Amino acid sequence: MTTNRDRASRRPITDTYNRKMLSRREFLTAGSVAGLGLTALPAAAQLRIEITGAGANQFPLAFAAFDGEGLLPRSLSDVARADLERSGLFKLIETGPTPIPETASIDFGNWKYRGADALVAGSVSKTADGRFQVRFRLFDTARQSDLGGLELTFRAEQYRAAAHGVADWVYQKLIGEPGIFSTRIAYVLKNGRQYQLQIADADGQNAQSALVSDEPIISPAWSPDGTRLAYVSFQTKKPVVYVHTLSTKQRYVLSNFKGSNSAPAWAPDGSRLAVVLTKDGLSQLYEIRPDGSGLRRLTNSAGIDTEPQFSPDGQWIYFTSDRGGTPQIYRMPAGGGDAQRITFQGNYNVTPRVSPDGKTLAFLTRSDGRFRIASMDLASQQVQIMTDSDKDESPSFAPNGRLILYATEVGGRGVLSAISADGRVKQRLSGFAGDVREPAWAPFQK
Amino acid sequence: MRKLLLPSLLAVALAACSSTPAEKPTPVETKPAPAPTTTAPVTQPPVQADPLAAVRDPNNILSKRSVYFDFDKYDIKSQYQQLVEAHAKFLVAQPQVKILIQGNTDERGSSEYNLALGQKRAEAVKKAMGLLGAKDAQMEAVSLGKEKPKATGHDEASWAENRRSDILYPGEF
Repeated sequence: MTTNRDRASRRPITDTYNRKMLSRREFLTAGSVAGLGLTALPAAAQLRIEITGAGANQFPLAFAAFDGEGLLPRSLSDVARADLERSGLFKLIETGPTPIPETASIDFGNWKYRGADALVAGSVSKTADGRFQVRFRLFDTARQSDLGGLELTFRAEQYRAAAHGVADWVYQKLIGEPGIFSTRIAYVLKNGRQYQLQIADADGQNAQSALVSDEPIISPAWSPDGTRLAYVSFQTKKPVVYVHTLSTKQRYVLSNFKGSNSAPAWAPDGSRLAVVLTKDGLSQLYEIRPDGSGLRRLTNSAGIDTEPQFSPDGQWIYFTSDRGGTPQIYRMPAGGGDAQRITFQGNYNVTPRVSPDGKTLAFLTRSDGRFRIASMDLASQQVQIMTDSDKDESPSFAPNGRLILYATEVGGRGVLSAISADGRVKQRLSGFAGDVREPAWAPFQK
Repeated sequence: MRKLLLPSLLAVALAACSSTPAEKPTPVETKPAPAPTTTAPVTQPPVQADPLAAVRDPNNILSKRSVYFDFDKYDIKSQYQQLVEAHAKFLVAQPQVKILIQGNTDERGSSEYNLALGQKRAEAVKKAMGLLGAKDAQMEAVSLGKEKPKATGHDEASWAENRRSDILYPGEF
């Protein structure tokens, strides 16, 4: 499943990374991980990530310890290895503690014998200005060839971000789709009577609070460029939609009409949001510009219309409605218009979420009294129930479409889980300092 | 006619000046001075009474404030008709009183759908009371969805307790 995607995986410069792809002939050129400028909260609890199940064809990979990584607070290769293992798509071959720099002469035969189809070797060094540099190469043990590598420059405290960058590159090279190890998730953490809207790395580390409140927070929704987060807060004793800008930590009120304001959903081009208002009666869909102007009603049904979600091509809005008597998922043209019903099995289908490639719909279904995540292939309308639990909610696709993150309850505690789109790999992220709900996976950094 | 009118006009004019000691007593009898408030006659209602006392009286149906619903339902079951009627009648009798109706759901399912369902449950009570004469301006319907559960267990007993609309009177919200 390997593809050579040197050009395709080159990403534009972002404010977190600055990196370049390398071929085996080109000498390593420098990249740098710019300052993230955010302070992480001290971890209040040990986060545990459990993986069950396995990808159909796990790629056997040996990921060696990196030479010189003792210079860093923690092992960079450990973090990268854990990322790849957590994806469920790799079988990590034991490499032992001996570091292997990318410049080493590789005993391909030996690695092949040990079961590895590829090997990652690398090194960490200090730069003249006090930063650090990681260099690595990926080797194909069967063809005995060098598949290229990367060099990243970063400050010591950003070693996790650098490790995620390494894992993303290896993942993309071997799996053929972008990795999500450098992405972030938003979620609501409830501890007693305190609610926090938190943003963390995809592995749950480096959590920071965007909002602390003693009233509920629900429905975080990332802007398409990942720079802003819309959400609903009950701080003023009624649901109001806010927009929070991550870089400035400033927020403003997007929608505070009479009645409830909730369920914000960004259009893929960022030009507007869909929201749910009860200002004219029961919950109906409206659109509004990010600056709060241009309110326009989209639906006009006799029941509840809620949970709007744009399709990735911006053409449709999927939403939940009980206009037919029970809550089901419908879709209508993004500018409003006739809605067509999408779900027909069972009497409770809510929270539509379309995959990034537009082909799959994840949603919450009640079946046999259990609330579970389901997935529909939109072309065939075939539905598969993905999870085996009782009280799931809030499905959210990873930006590469490979995983569905959702909230569930284990032992009375709210935890996050993820399931791969093919249903084979399951992950559980637990050990938060409270109940976790309302996860929202951020888009790739643009 | 005019002869009769003059004395009555005169009488009215004199009555208007009855506070002046020099005036003759007028044909119009003045009432005795009202009794001081501290000794209000029993037959009159107390001046300091709390108009909302009834809604806080445990012996009064008005102290019952909650209507309960089945899962994913917002129709008011017949067993709550009497309660809804009592509150509606109270609002009709007390047009200055404004209430808040809060709709709630159990914890299962999506937050947003439950926010909308809670609104339906609040609106159902508001509509029922409106049909019985309560004014629209006297009632505000809001939803707490599943966000503020009263019962925090994870079983049907807790869920049933949370599928609920509450009527709140001034001082309670």
